[in-house]
Amino acid sequence: MNFSNVLTVYLKELKDTLRDRRSLMSMIIIPTFVMPALTFGVGKIAAGAFTKARSETPTVMVVGGEDSRGVVTQLKESKKLRVLPTAADWKQQISDKRVRAVVQIPAGFEAGLQVGAAGPVVIYNYEGELKSGFAVAELEKFFRDLRERTVAARLAERSLPATLVKPFEMKRQNVAAPEKVGGNLLGGIVPYIIIILCFTGAMYPAMDLTAGEKERGTMETLLCSPVARSDLVLGKFFMVLTGSLSAMVLSLTSMGFSAMAAGLMFGRSAGRMAAVAGQVKAPGAAIPMIDPMGLLGVVAMVLPVAVLFSALIFTVALFAKSYKEAQSYVGPMIFIVILPAVVGILPGIDLNSGLALVPILNLSLVCKEMLSGIWHWGYIGLIFGSSCVYAGLALALAVKMFNREDVIFRA
Amino acid sequence: MIEAHHLTKTFKDNKRGVITAVDDVSFSCRPGQIYGLLGANGAGKTTTLRLLATLLKPSSGQATVAGFDVEREPQQVRAHVGFLAASTALYGRLTAREMITYFGELNGMDSAAIKARIRQLSAELDMDEFLDRRCDKFSTGMKQKTSIARTLVHDPAVMIFDESTLGLDVMTARAIVGFVKECRNRGKTVIYSTHIMSEVEKLCDHVGIIHGGKLVAEGTVPELRARFGEPDMEEVFVKAVGGEAALMAALKN
Repeated sequence: MNFSNVLTVYLKELKDTLRDRRSLMSMIIIPTFVMPALTFGVGKIAAGAFTKARSETPTVMVVGGEDSRGVVTQLKESKKLRVLPTAADWKQQISDKRVRAVVQIPAGFEAGLQVGAAGPVVIYNYEGELKSGFAVAELEKFFRDLRERTVAARLAERSLPATLVKPFEMKRQNVAAPEKVGGNLLGGIVPYIIIILCFTGAMYPAMDLTAGEKERGTMETLLCSPVARSDLVLGKFFMVLTGSLSAMVLSLTSMGFSAMAAGLMFGRSAGRMAAVAGQVKAPGAAIPMIDPMGLLGVVAMVLPVAVLFSALIFTVALFAKSYKEAQSYVGPMIFIVILPAVVGILPGIDLNSGLALVPILNLSLVCKEMLSGIWHWGYIGLIFGSSCVYAGLALALAVKMFNREDVIFRA
Repeated sequence: MIEAHHLTKTFKDNKRGVITAVDDVSFSCRPGQIYGLLGANGAGKTTTLRLLATLLKPSSGQATVAGFDVEREPQQVRAHVGFLAASTALYGRLTAREMITYFGELNGMDSAAIKARIRQLSAELDMDEFLDRRCDKFSTGMKQKTSIARTLVHDPAVMIFDESTLGLDVMTARAIVGFVKECRNRGKTVIYSTHIMSEVEKLCDHVGIIHGGKLVAEGTVPELRARFGEPDMEEVFVKAVGGEAALMAALKN
């Protein structure tokens, strides 16, 4: 291998690629501007929708309760609920989102409360719908308060202390650092995004430098030069790798800034949303942060995978006669990449020595751990090593394919 | 100097099986001489020239170009060859200067030598006006001049032209023909493939007629005229390949 030749080819390809709009889009524009725009856009929309939903008083209906006028009156007087007149098609109204929840009060509920034989109160809702969730939360709070007041009254009647039914308090206290919490919350998503961007960053330069050159007739011109084919491949390959890594680095940087800015802008809403989702105990407590060391670890682990992607896309695109044909080959490859990356996000799938050898999935799993502050050095070594081996094999395949006449001069 | 001995190239095709694109072809070309390779489309001209330029490897036989073996010393061969074909295009996003510089660097030239060579070639080919413009904006004539400068940057001893005037306007084609003659005058070994008879008559010192991958006739233009008893090169060519029927059959294949 002649390093000088590899560098000459690389620098020319870099110059050429930086003048190509498609490659610039995938390498620089999308990672730098689209990801933050998405973060801000989605964050702004989500925060706006949440604030709007929260500011509305949930509409509910009461079914039954004709003989429990006291409870129904209290419900109607509640400022946190708007009780609509009961309609016969209340279930349909929930489905149509005209009413957010319906509470069914059993016959003889109030009388039953006096003698300790009240039937169950049933709340009907639209599962997974934010506003319905708010209505349910308010209804549950109302009846929980009613239950506690009833218990307190009964204890008072019998001159018994409140500690009889509540002998001790229970509190939950988080000891995990914010970055560990962030690691758990974002640990799956961050590697997923990095993997996808590494792939897309390599896609367009790889297709342009192989099938694109064949289509434009410059491949044959280049092959006329006295430079060894392996040097040509390596020069081109390093350019593809540059595309992959620049997409990753730029996206990480811009996502970091976006997350910080979005945290400042939408932090309070995000905290409340997290509280509603049950992930964080105290509202406003957690703007997820990521351990910088974990992030560095992720970048290091992604390097051989970026080599693997670059070499594989390069090889596949090399088979194509035209840019369009290369797109049809390389496009579907993204699903092969996404699938293991998605599996890595799923809860309950933990790293073991078998999974540590499965490319992409192993990266997704180990990154999740590293971002949560867990450093399994054995697995990290195994994954880095196996990724390097896969990357080396892919690169060797790329060189081999570049030397094949039937691939380069495929007609 | 180019010497080809029993050069053969076969390809595997999924539909048609094994195809012999070049079949036992032998010829030689000396410095200061233009060897014309005349043949119809698909006759095997491009494959023969790609074998000589080491873009393809021969299935059997051997060839030496500028004293180097095409199979054992392909990089040395390419370092002494300038290959210009209709299929060797320019990088559209580079300027003419960047394009020539790149190929100078690939040929191991240093920066000063490349600059001096570009100055010389630009003056010879009248390229000053567009030297720093991007190739994708060029007219056909500008592209051809830049391609010629690209092939000549390392001053190769052997020039290979593969249908270099294909699809060009009259003036650009004339300029190419003039340039090929100039290469001969400078003592370069030139091999020139075409299917345009007038170019063969104007340019070539020696002609090889290739048909179905085989070299079916060889000699100077007067020798070929005498051998086939025809004053017109087109008639000579048709007779050499076995008549119009054979030519039509070959073109269909």
